[in-house]
Amino acid sequence: MKFKLDKKDFENFLKDLMETYDLFAPVQLTEGVSVFKKIDKPEEVNLTQLVPQKSAKEVFFPQSETMFRYEMSENQSPIVSEQKIGRERVLLGARPCDIEAIFIVEKVFIGEDYTDVYFLEKRKKTTIITLACNHPLTTCFCSSTGGGPFRKDGSDLFMIDLGESYLVELLTEKGLAFSKNRFFKEAGSKEIRLVKELEEKAAKKTDSSIPVEGIEKRLDLMVESPFWDRIHEKCIGCGTCTFLCPTCHCFDITDEATNQKGERVRNWDSCLFPIYSLETSGHNPRPTGRERTRQRLMHKFNYYPKNFGRVACVGCGRCILYCPVQFDVREAILYTSSRRTEGRKGKFK
Amino acid sequence: MIQQKLREKAKELLSSKTVDLIIGYGSWTLPLRTTPVFIRAPEGVESLVWNSFCENNLTTYLHKFSRLKVGVVVKGCDARSVTALGLEKRFPNHRPLLIGIPCQRMVDRKKVKKAVKGEILQAVEQGELLLVKGEDFNVTLKREDFLYSVCQVCTHRTPLHADVLIGDPVEESPLVDLHPDVKALEGKSPEERWEFFQKEISRCIRCYACREACPMCYCSECFVDSSRPRWIEKSLSPSDLAFYHIVRAYHQTGRCTGCGACERACPMDIRLTHLTQKLNQEVKGLYGFETGIQPETLPPLSTFNPEDEQEFIK
Repeated sequence: MKFKLDKKDFENFLKDLMETYDLFAPVQLTEGVSVFKKIDKPEEVNLTQLVPQKSAKEVFFPQSETMFRYEMSENQSPIVSEQKIGRERVLLGARPCDIEAIFIVEKVFIGEDYTDVYFLEKRKKTTIITLACNHPLTTCFCSSTGGGPFRKDGSDLFMIDLGESYLVELLTEKGLAFSKNRFFKEAGSKEIRLVKELEEKAAKKTDSSIPVEGIEKRLDLMVESPFWDRIHEKCIGCGTCTFLCPTCHCFDITDEATNQKGERVRNWDSCLFPIYSLETSGHNPRPTGRERTRQRLMHKFNYYPKNFGRVACVGCGRCILYCPVQFDVREAILYTSSRRTEGRKGKFK
Repeated sequence: MIQQKLREKAKELLSSKTVDLIIGYGSWTLPLRTTPVFIRAPEGVESLVWNSFCENNLTTYLHKFSRLKVGVVVKGCDARSVTALGLEKRFPNHRPLLIGIPCQRMVDRKKVKKAVKGEILQAVEQGELLLVKGEDFNVTLKREDFLYSVCQVCTHRTPLHADVLIGDPVEESPLVDLHPDVKALEGKSPEERWEFFQKEISRCIRCYACREACPMCYCSECFVDSSRPRWIEKSLSPSDLAFYHIVRAYHQTGRCTGCGACERACPMDIRLTHLTQKLNQEVKGLYGFETGIQPETLPPLSTFNPEDEQEFIK
């Protein structure tokens, strides 16, 4: 089911939406810096930055999340869970790569043996309105990792920017709940044709040449490769790439407490931090950047694929764009492949 | 040409085994950027580049390679970091060999990005001009208008105490104690300044890129990572964010060279140097001290002198 939504109606569309749902969308914090946040006013929504620094992962798995609170008292129940979120949610304006990433994280959080109730609650109650990428960046390589700038999988509604309007496609039951929306107009053949053009143009722009297929097998043979001795050298060991990555999902649980009350909080953690793997004895099994960089890449391209059948990378390019020293994950992937030889040989030597 | 001379010198240093490793800048995949390169073989020097995009302070890597004889490419600010680190006895084995290049001041890639609409596909320097290309634009910008704010107030562009100097010393700019933006903030009320600070740090994601990019942040255990005692929580509460940033700045007092590596590394564009620049000015005013200039003078907060200002003792 396809509709047209005029841009002049967009703010009112959001306003309507916010009466029923809590709306999460990209917000610009300062020029060039965007994150996904709960929207208070429709005009805050800013869809101009293709890949906001923080990904849509944060809507389901926030950087810092209170799991429960407790207070010592005689008459009350001492523990109050923060599991329930209240109203239904809409995630709007995330790109196909971020949506794909949510399903990668979901496989870890909602599994056969274990279900993370905090993640599940948010997933169940969220309707996803994805925005297609008409202008992928040169750092985008979603087409290499199984995605694409117009990939609809996982979306409940799918939006395409047509200039003066959006074409909105309703894809699931959650999406069909919008079929009677007062701002949706019938989409004509002109719009459908334009979509096709945009899709073809965008597909040509994303890099589909990064050799991701079979990488887990190649890495199996590289555990002790001299490659790791060199590739980590320029990494300064900050957590930027892991925190901005839409698929990284490690966390650390701490109690933040005063005398009588406190809360249990989980915060994102990064395998690039030395204390991530530091043991109580003082021993650190990943003592240098070599082991930590290897862990980051092996988790994405070896351990995760072995467990879940696909790489834990969606080609969004955030780790390339925002790395302070330009560590480029594409080069690392290329290195594992024999195809690296043409013009790329020697980069890590 | 500086780049060619740099390659020749690097080759000579490696061939003669004067150094085991050269840390310099190489070109890489994104426009307006360079990337740190680590060269061990003389034939590797061809990857060295020099241009206005050599923004990283490479001396932060010296901690990682303390067992090797390292030659490092330094700008004026980076050279000061090495002098400051030497005073803190960070080079017990081999003092690094400084390959100094008088700095033309670096181009702020974020400022350039803001000046155009759309993705930048290519950026080329041509003298004092920057030719910037994208899919739908092709503009010529004046390099001078797009310099990093810390570079605009730099007064030590020619590296001091360099072992090798490539290129001629440049005429240093006249002294400006604070960048106009910092000066403007200084003139505001304490409430307004606190509001500015809170707003900036509210974007912090605690990735610690600022800490890791800084050559002066080398503690084997940073106070934020200590679990016994636990000085700070790990969440994003305003008080924890403020605590981290204030302590980081205080730990830099009298040690910061003002290179701006922290701010350039920040993925969230937090204007970190507003705080450090002001602290540097205070230290200069109170003690006449500038970090990394005199290789024998200890930083004022690392030493005691009976003639020090004592006004704070009542």
